Amino acid sequence: MSPSYPEAYFPILLQVGLAVLVAGGVLVTSHLLGRRVRNKTKDSPYECGITPVGDARGRFSVKFYLVAVLFILFDVEVVFLFPWAVVFRELGLFGFFSMLLYMALILAGFFFVWKKGVLDWAKRGR
Amino acid sequence: MPDSAQILRLLPEILLSVFGTLIMVLDPLTGRNRKALLGVLALVGAYCAWIGALVSYANPGPAFGGMVTVDGFATFFRLLVCAIGFLTVLASMSYLERNELPQGEYYALVLFGVAGQSLMAVSGELVLIFLGLEISSISTYILAGFLREDAKSNEASLKYFFLGSFATAFFLYGVALTYGATGSTKLVVIRQAMEGKDANVVLAVIAGALMFVGLAFKVSAAPFQVWTPDVYQGAPSPVTAYLSTGPKAAAFAIFLRIFFTTVPQTGVMWGWLLWTCALLSMTIGNFAALVQTDIKRMLAYSSIAHAGYVLVAFTSCTPIGAAAAMFYLAAYAFMNLGAFTVVSHLSGRREQYVAIDHYAGLGRRRPFLAALLTIFLLSLVGIPLTGGFFGKFYIFRAAVNADLLWLAVLGLLNSAVAAYYYLKVIVVMYMQEPKEEVTIEPVPATLAATLVLAAGAVFFLGVYPGPVLDFATRSASFSRQ
Repeated sequence: MSPSYPEAYFPILLQVGLAVLVAGGVLVTSHLLGRRVRNKTKDSPYECGITPVGDARGRFSVKFYLVAVLFILFDVEVVFLFPWAVVFRELGLFGFFSMLLYMALILAGFFFVWKKGVLDWAKRGR
Repeated sequence: MPDSAQILRLLPEILLSVFGTLIMVLDPLTGRNRKALLGVLALVGAYCAWIGALVSYANPGPAFGGMVTVDGFATFFRLLVCAIGFLTVLASMSYLERNELPQGEYYALVLFGVAGQSLMAVSGELVLIFLGLEISSISTYILAGFLREDAKSNEASLKYFFLGSFATAFFLYGVALTYGATGSTKLVVIRQAMEGKDANVVLAVIAGALMFVGLAFKVSAAPFQVWTPDVYQGAPSPVTAYLSTGPKAAAFAIFLRIFFTTVPQTGVMWGWLLWTCALLSMTIGNFAALVQTDIKRMLAYSSIAHAGYVLVAFTSCTPIGAAAAMFYLAAYAFMNLGAFTVVSHLSGRREQYVAIDHYAGLGRRRPFLAALLTIFLLSLVGIPLTGGFFGKFYIFRAAVNADLLWLAVLGLLNSAVAAYYYLKVIVVMYMQEPKEEVTIEPVPATLAATLVLAAGAVFFLGVYPGPVLDFATRSASFSRQ
């Protein structure tokens, strides 16, 4: 049987069905058999076990967001470096210079954010 | 390793990326009052890319294993988007200065966007097309929100981003299903598979429909046009000029290339879809524009209508139709760019004067600006001696040749409706008393240069359309080998 036939996916369907059954079953049984206690503490939002402080919709400095985005950028860079390092010898000089160009572009971006003062948290404004 | 001939075929994109990156690196190093130099650098970059497009056309052919195909069609759109990029930068310089906006990022984003559009024009492979589309889209999402403290600009950026992402997702689903149906993402191979018996036709039709949704969104054709007025109104005016020309031309370029290259007997399968879309776009665009009081919003609706005219040319499904669409896009780019540039100058600080009423008496107060805006508006109407006339003429002729007389008639009736709201602006400018509360600054040299260049292009296409149309006709027969 070729794997492209729908029948080949039957085990997956079975597993999905089983997962739904188990998850649903646990929820339904605990709903039927469990004891229910309702009080103010239980209805309050969970905040690591400590008494909740303030509103969750506070405003954060945009700097957190910028750092998060930059982190992803450099994370992705490393993701690309790994496969390149594995086949470094096979790619030869062309691979080397391609990666050098890529790194130069990332560094240009890094230079830009650095000079724009994104990483400078102490200074007020630009 | 790619040889130098292959790299030469990507010359415009490389130049645009290099100049864009250079501007970003130099931006923190230039002093606050010398930022205009970055604009000059961006102009040089766009100009070099324009020359680069010509250089790479001197030696046409495929590169990078068929991912990229330099042909006349690609060169036409490359030259067009580079010219649009050049004029956008030129038009934006005084606007950025007046509104104290960061200039380095702006110029770099324009160049990156143009690089993406140029890549879209030249790629013969769906994944690369998608990549170009995203490069172009992401830079325009940011540009739309460039008036950071203006709520409308933020709304424009966010709306454009969300709806644009959805549209891109549709397109990408289409690409994925195309791969499933035909086993390739290369347009030429897809067509071979479609002509043979080994393609899954049902899947291919669904894929085509999904890609159609994505592309129709990008060109703001009805019924996927709802984002256009809000985004065009909220974005800074020079950005709107760019949004309504560059990305639109590039999106139409890939629209043309994908549907004319991959789908055999285009007319049979897609004809009804195209003419429905064309008719809806023209009618909705023109009738909604009639009641607008904000000039940017009016021009946004008119841009929807113009997308409809271009789709009429698609409907004929012939190389003549494709050539007519290409010519129209070129003419439309210059007249729309010019009109929005005038709007951007008159809008004043923080875009306060954008109502049509604010244009009262402009003919007496600023005869130069009023005359140029009149030229651009008349070209949008399609008056002879302007590019818009020949654009419409070729499109409706292509429709008539393809036995779509009724569509051509409805298109002409639509143009008559459109004349009303364009001429209304001209009437307000010349026949109403000026309003004193509207302050108009003197016209800076860069802006005047943009307007003169755009008006020159409009007249050139209107008086002597031969060379451009010939080039479009020659390059519209898509390489099918």
